[in-house]
Amino acid sequence: MLNRQGRPTGPGFGSAAAHETFTGNRALMQEEALIFEIGRHDVTGVDLDEPAAFAPRLGGLERTDGIGLPGLSEPETMRHYVRLSQKNYGIDSGLFPLGSCTMKHNPRLNERMARLPGFADVHPLQPVSTVQGALELMNELARWLTELTGMAAVALSPKAGAHGELCGMMAIKAAIEAKGEGATRRTVLVPDSAHGTNPATAALIQFDVKPVPVRDDGTVDPEAVRALAGPDTAAIMLTNPNTCGLFEKDIVAIAEIIHAAGGYFYCDGANYNAIVGKARPGDLGVDAMHINLHKTFSTPHGGGGPGSGPVVLSERIAAHAPVPFVRPDGAGFALVEDEAGTGAFGRITAFHGQMGMYVRALSYMLSHGADGCRQASEDAVLNANYIRARLADLMSLPFGNRACMHEVLFDDAWLKDTGVTTLDFAKAMIDEGYHPMTVYFPLVVHGAMLVEPTESESRASLDLFIATLRDLAMAAVRGDVERFTGAPYLAPRRRLDETRAARTPILRWTPPQPVQEAAE
Amino acid sequence: MRYLPLSDADRQDMLAVIGASSIDELFADIPADKLQRELPDLPRRKGELEVERIMTRLSSKNVPASSVPFFVGAGAYKHHVPATVDHLIQRSEFLTSYTPYQPEIAQGTLQYLFEFQTQVAALAGMEVANASMYDGSTACGEAVLMAHRVTKRRKAVLSGGLHPHYADVVRTLSKMAGDEVVTMAPDVGATEDILSAIDGSVSCVVVQTPDVFGNLRDLRAIAEKCRAVGALLIAAFTEVVSLGLVTPPGAMGADIVVGEGQSIGNSLNFGGPYVGLFASKQKYVRQMPGRLCGETVDADGTRGFVLTLSTREQHIRRDKATSNICTNSGLCALAFTIHMTLLGQAGLSRLARINHAHAVKLADMLAGVKGVEVLNGTFFNEFTLRLSRPAAAVVEQLAAKGVMAGVPVSRLLPKAGLDDLLIVANTEVNTDEDRAAFVEALKEVL
Repeated sequence: MLNRQGRPTGPGFGSAAAHETFTGNRALMQEEALIFEIGRHDVTGVDLDEPAAFAPRLGGLERTDGIGLPGLSEPETMRHYVRLSQKNYGIDSGLFPLGSCTMKHNPRLNERMARLPGFADVHPLQPVSTVQGALELMNELARWLTELTGMAAVALSPKAGAHGELCGMMAIKAAIEAKGEGATRRTVLVPDSAHGTNPATAALIQFDVKPVPVRDDGTVDPEAVRALAGPDTAAIMLTNPNTCGLFEKDIVAIAEIIHAAGGYFYCDGANYNAIVGKARPGDLGVDAMHINLHKTFSTPHGGGGPGSGPVVLSERIAAHAPVPFVRPDGAGFALVEDEAGTGAFGRITAFHGQMGMYVRALSYMLSHGADGCRQASEDAVLNANYIRARLADLMSLPFGNRACMHEVLFDDAWLKDTGVTTLDFAKAMIDEGYHPMTVYFPLVVHGAMLVEPTESESRASLDLFIATLRDLAMAAVRGDVERFTGAPYLAPRRRLDETRAARTPILRWTPPQPVQEAAE
Repeated sequence: MRYLPLSDADRQDMLAVIGASSIDELFADIPADKLQRELPDLPRRKGELEVERIMTRLSSKNVPASSVPFFVGAGAYKHHVPATVDHLIQRSEFLTSYTPYQPEIAQGTLQYLFEFQTQVAALAGMEVANASMYDGSTACGEAVLMAHRVTKRRKAVLSGGLHPHYADVVRTLSKMAGDEVVTMAPDVGATEDILSAIDGSVSCVVVQTPDVFGNLRDLRAIAEKCRAVGALLIAAFTEVVSLGLVTPPGAMGADIVVGEGQSIGNSLNFGGPYVGLFASKQKYVRQMPGRLCGETVDADGTRGFVLTLSTREQHIRRDKATSNICTNSGLCALAFTIHMTLLGQAGLSRLARINHAHAVKLADMLAGVKGVEVLNGTFFNEFTLRLSRPAAAVVEQLAAKGVMAGVPVSRLLPKAGLDDLLIVANTEVNTDEDRAAFVEALKEVL
């Protein structure tokens, strides 16, 4: 079969066997060996002069093994990593609809600002008098975060979203213990639709996790919460907007029930990008919420970090925030590092958190302004609903064709009896030049496909994406199964065997065994 | 707004397709009295030039390390990072990619993580390493939790040479998790009797080398005692460059090795982002926290890489997971692995010798200053001075003279009665002129 451009699109086309090359390379798609296979132990790409002879003070603890690390010259290094980079899909490569991850444009102005020597080249323990600009920046970021969310305070130091959750739940635990209720308030309510980090975090600090079922419309029923809440309730961990892409419409009632029971309301803020400037968590009864600066405020995901997860806190628990924190002090700023004399529950990381991410996030906020932040949320929600509206006739919506927030959730009911699974569908998207959506999450719907386009996509980009998904969906329903089950055909690798990787883990390179070479 | 591609006409057309009369119809689930009608009380949008002016003004209120003779360490170190590193980590495909959940289009990330894991394991002298942690301190906290899982005991012993922030992180986590921690007294001279604190009730012992005061510690006797009582030895470090010259913890019998990797490839960044390194013995790998990358093959039989052993992780195991960690420190790990690839073992060991040689030179110069005593018998690129006056005031006075002298111990341990101690680091960036300026300035204020 041919597509509109007359190119063959059937399975088998482009597979490795179709047109073999001597090198295994395919034009711009280059194979690249491991540094351990191309590097040499006596090579270095850094010119350093050997120091003059001196008497070491190592007390007999000199390293005597060869370490075992090859080096590469600078041009070889450059080529190695450029070739590796070409095997990756990024936001700059195309639409990245990974639900719950907010893959929005990463402005390069932010990168430039983070590299100013006054930010990148300052040490966390140099005299406070020499870092007043850094502290002022942290104070300004705190102002933006508390003002946008309507909360009393913010703990900036958490290193990522899950770390922010941990910090927020620790503050809640400290508040409970300060009231002398530590022995009895040990239960944390977690809806089934929550991110896995929520129950993991609660369990880490010895809370008992009690699941809350999600009702048929994809949201949490306040009556279900009321039935579970009691004198043992420490907190509820509720994601809002939730992972089904819906705003928890009874959130205020849920907050009231939890507060009436004497517990606290932790909100997972992973989906905050839908409501910036539209609703303030502080007005909804939230006591703590982490904000993923790497989602909502555009700091790069970097292939899996570094993140940054400041936690905004209500008046009820603000006093328990960890050290360090910044405090205006006369004309300047002080850095409180010692918990003595504060209500802080302790310290969760060395130093002061992810300064490099603070700079990027504040650059984003200043660029957008209050008006641009709200516009970004509105556009993110508009884009998701546009995709929903234009795919609703082909793909199934588990909670009906109703307005969603910044992500739209499909299930696999529409794929029933096609022989195509959610995973197959996702892998076929790769051949079309897209990163797949989030699949099989949330767990509360079957074969979930969670699509989050973000506000960074143009109308034309959305239209092409929609047309592509419609073409794929019709092919699946039509029975063009091999296009899916064998996919991807055109990526740097065909489908990878994850079972084999887990069964016999190979977690590092080791030198090849001569016997095996002979056998080959 | 330059980051938002939709025009007002697009927005109207799209609302019509959706069948909504206004944007707020899409926000109808927000209780009407909670929908924000007014814009937040914050400034309006700004052009790139204006933002750059504001940020530059803020940054100019800070004194960068490279602008002065700079000897501040104690957990973060000023090193030279080759230009290649920062160029490569800003490649879009690295910078703007996600955690490699779709391995077929994330082989770039996965292959460098596999290489990173191999490098870290080799440096630490261990069998396996993970794909990085947030930083050294959180890696240390996670190592203690892992030891509790392995030994099924819940008591950690922390050496008095462990960085106080690392000890604080462990204590905070342990307090919240209901676990016991025994912290040895601050151990400036590496003379503590930690062996007598190790018995059959202990899950793990955490010892840092080089320690926060700069001393090198021989871990072999501690490892032996741990083995005898069924406890694990967790070795920590904050200066990874030391591993180019000093016997690695793995060779001294450590079970888990954790540390800070910032020195290689990463800027000071006022404390973050950094990159935590985490290595262990193979037999404990299923109790490890964090992401792991493993080798496999694709449907054509070609070698490729995937995230693996994810049944340990929170997105599968939820409240039974080994850790709540979701992210690692991917881009910082990339910076680390590129810099380490440039160095190779030849470059790394030479870099380490330079650091050590220059630190020895500085220690000898400072020992000749009246009112200064160098306390270390051994050290790598950092050591501790006893001054004739409180160190915090001396540091402020030296800063006023344009020399960043080091970290007063009182900043890390405010109540320890060690106010006259100063931790001084010397790396390859420090010149003979820097050292001379430090010594002269110190003579003037003491």
